[in-house]
Amino acid sequence: MTKIIFEKTSEGRKGSAVPEKDINIAEISIDIDEEMKADKIPDLPELSELDVIRHYTELANKNICVNSHFYPLGSCTMKYNPCVNEEIASMRSFTDIHPYQVESSVSGNLEIMYLLKKYLCELTGMDDFTLQPAAGAHGEFTAMLMTKKWFELKKENRTKILIPDSAHGTNPASANMAGFEVVQIASNENGTVNLDDLEAKIDDKTACFMMTNPNTLGLFERDILKISEKIHSKGGLLYYDGANLNAILGLVRPGDAGFDFVHLNMHKTFSTPHGGGGPGAGPVGAKGKLAECLPLPKIIQKEDKTFSLMYDNPSSIGRVKAFYGNFLVLVKALAYILSMGKDEIANVAKLSVLNANYLLKKLEDIYEIPYGKSCMHEFVASADRQKNIGVTAIDICKRMLDYGFHAPTVYFPLIVHEALMIEPTETESIQTLDLYSEILHKIQEETEKNPDLLHEAPHNMPVKRLDDVTAARKPDLAYKK
Amino acid sequence: MYTPHTEQEIKQMLNTVGKDSLDDLFESVPKEIYNTHEMNLPKSYSENELKKFFRKLASENKVFESNFLGGGCYNHYIPSAVSAITSDSRFFTAYTPYQAEASQGTLQAIYEYQTYMSRLTGMDVSNASLYDGATAICEASIISIAETKRKKVMISEALHPEYAETLASYIGSENIIKVPFNENGLTDYEVLKSKLTNEIACVILQNPNFLGSIENPNKIAEAVKQNKSLLVIAINEPYSLGVIKNPRDCGADIAVGDAQSFGCSMGFGGPSLGFLTVKRNLMRKISGRLAGKTVDKDGNEGFVLTLQAREQHIRREKASSNICSNEALCALSATVHLSLIGKSGFMQTAENNLEKAHYMAKKISELDGFTLKFKSSFFNEFVISCSKETPEEIVERMASKNIGGGIPLGRFYPNMKDCLLIAVTEMNTKEDIDNFVKELSEGVKK
Repeated sequence: MTKIIFEKTSEGRKGSAVPEKDINIAEISIDIDEEMKADKIPDLPELSELDVIRHYTELANKNICVNSHFYPLGSCTMKYNPCVNEEIASMRSFTDIHPYQVESSVSGNLEIMYLLKKYLCELTGMDDFTLQPAAGAHGEFTAMLMTKKWFELKKENRTKILIPDSAHGTNPASANMAGFEVVQIASNENGTVNLDDLEAKIDDKTACFMMTNPNTLGLFERDILKISEKIHSKGGLLYYDGANLNAILGLVRPGDAGFDFVHLNMHKTFSTPHGGGGPGAGPVGAKGKLAECLPLPKIIQKEDKTFSLMYDNPSSIGRVKAFYGNFLVLVKALAYILSMGKDEIANVAKLSVLNANYLLKKLEDIYEIPYGKSCMHEFVASADRQKNIGVTAIDICKRMLDYGFHAPTVYFPLIVHEALMIEPTETESIQTLDLYSEILHKIQEETEKNPDLLHEAPHNMPVKRLDDVTAARKPDLAYKK
Repeated sequence: MYTPHTEQEIKQMLNTVGKDSLDDLFESVPKEIYNTHEMNLPKSYSENELKKFFRKLASENKVFESNFLGGGCYNHYIPSAVSAITSDSRFFTAYTPYQAEASQGTLQAIYEYQTYMSRLTGMDVSNASLYDGATAICEASIISIAETKRKKVMISEALHPEYAETLASYIGSENIIKVPFNENGLTDYEVLKSKLTNEIACVILQNPNFLGSIENPNKIAEAVKQNKSLLVIAINEPYSLGVIKNPRDCGADIAVGDAQSFGCSMGFGGPSLGFLTVKRNLMRKISGRLAGKTVDKDGNEGFVLTLQAREQHIRREKASSNICSNEALCALSATVHLSLIGKSGFMQTAENNLEKAHYMAKKISELDGFTLKFKSSFFNEFVISCSKETPEEIVERMASKNIGGGIPLGRFYPNMKDCLLIAVTEMNTKEDIDNFVKELSEGVKK
């Protein structure tokens, strides 16, 4: 293990230069409440700039990432993050702008927000968007607050949110945080929403049905129009979780399929980097009157064509974050939309679906694929067959690391045993997919002939298999001398 | 763009999957909604066109040469080495470290981040980050509500108004009890005490508060403790911890806030860095990711995401929070930033902020037409009242001189329409300050 940065300290060593003091303190009086004065100096390490650069470069060496490895982490859309977007978002005229500057000094930023909102409306068939939510789950929560507000305004007491059993854990967690009761809807034998179960559970207390389409099994909910009609006939709302928008971007608009509101993940579909776990951005769009419930402030174009932030709307849920959203992420998302443009945007969906189907075909001889012979942008394989001979999905994942591939999402969705959720994305080439398939076949051979190789995996990572149980039993969450 | 497929390869792949065309891949999509709308988007931009386009938009923004805006977002110096690390693709193009063995870099960096935030706040446990300061106080409230099984949250009117609004969205304004601040810009202890009931889950006190004043939470902490509520101390200028007591020493159960000051640019307000640290007894109720140290099967030390039984992907609707993606790269910025400036750089910066702000406050208060609004002690931010020009006029005029002139407070507090909130950091030289003061006096002469 690399030593912890705190262990590398050397008393009195100076790091990067910070701005010098230039005030003569004899000229001023500083009067801090005695009881509040700090009585000790924060215990920070003392290192040179090179010490720090070496340390974090050494840590970087221990990561695998999209730029170095195929990263088919299902549901996360680990596509290539274009370099030009990074360069644009790091321009000083974007990074060094304060959120409370006078509006006349931030016209460029306001126009970026307005354009992004306009294009997201166009791509999803929504009427308005907020760019405020900082992540997908934050967008979901925003949508749940809007649902609550919507029915308060209509003076209807609706308490339940319907969620398929294949949904991401963030869906029920977001609904619960907003004070709703979660009602789980079963999947049918094809892996899509069980309409009978939906029929049985929908009632006049149903506020909203949260759907991911294609769902987490990588299947398009082909009954979507029927579902939409059913929900709306009971006065409920239909919500689109944009986690899998990549499969239909530029081809199908959630709004045209009957969805009333959506959240999108800029860090999935719109190519902004995942950052090791954020920052992302989770804009939320809505149709018609429901759009009035979106958070404030709202970006608008005034009659004189200039842009402004509007803070007043009694139907709004209020705000869900300070300031306006993860602006620098939004810049990258707009850059991505413009580089794709109307000519190429649909290729995202078409080629991501082609890649996933191609890989599915290549792998169906080794893994059971419980739901169907084809898929959208991702598919879920099961390692049930392998489990029968003593090798689990996690063993297979760890072995993939040895061969230079990031693992798929594992043990999700919960309705598939030993799930391996594979999402190649459109930015991968046939050569990469072929190589991946070849390696998985090799791992299958190892599974049959030498399962211990998998039980012991990984072998060539910086550490061997780590012990999660000890970590949770005796939590060590910060370095102590 | 960014797709490698040649026509030939597409044919070959379609052949493998047994389809005649790309459209055939979408047979499960009802015809009524498939490719029925022509997207009204611009044509695809080349890289060069894209850069030109954004350069033009960038030119419509103004980067102030000297900036005196704060209010939860601060203009601090960021060593070049910070972005040298955070722009390493092995950090920024990875995701949440689900495969621990292939993510030891990210995991160790989170562990170090947790250590930094625990040490600075004096608390035992830090999570791996939250979206921002506003959502951090919401998460702290949710933890407090779960821990005390009480419903209401008490906040000071001197809490960042946008944090207060965010909290109202999260828990409902009917569950928020507000305490006013007094003529010194400090939370009114007597009112606070009188409103403490057994319905209050926690009291949130920002320090320094939104008005820049340094609160003394000692008495408040005692009253809160007696009431069996939790004390949450919120900090959105964490350099203040070089000068004032940390939340632990002030009796806090939870410390939260925004650490954008550490290595994250202002970025028009986002992304920034929400933090949350707690005392050990609240460890299993904390929201967000946690990195923990463990051993591998050979007994060597390494890191994993841990205590995941709290989280949404395991507990679903029973999770302590819905958070999944956080602000990991911003937490890395903070970690690298603190490592680079170290103990002495941190203290020099903290003192520098303190001294410059006091110099500026003194200079302004010597001007005719301006007074310091509050007599309380402050760190790097303070309020002035302006009798001859409105704060809005001042900031417009300053903007035309390439100066970020502060934040008019009337938009947040209707009875403070004459007030301007000014922040001073190590980025403002004495010359910048003198210039600002000169400009201020020019306006008065007119």
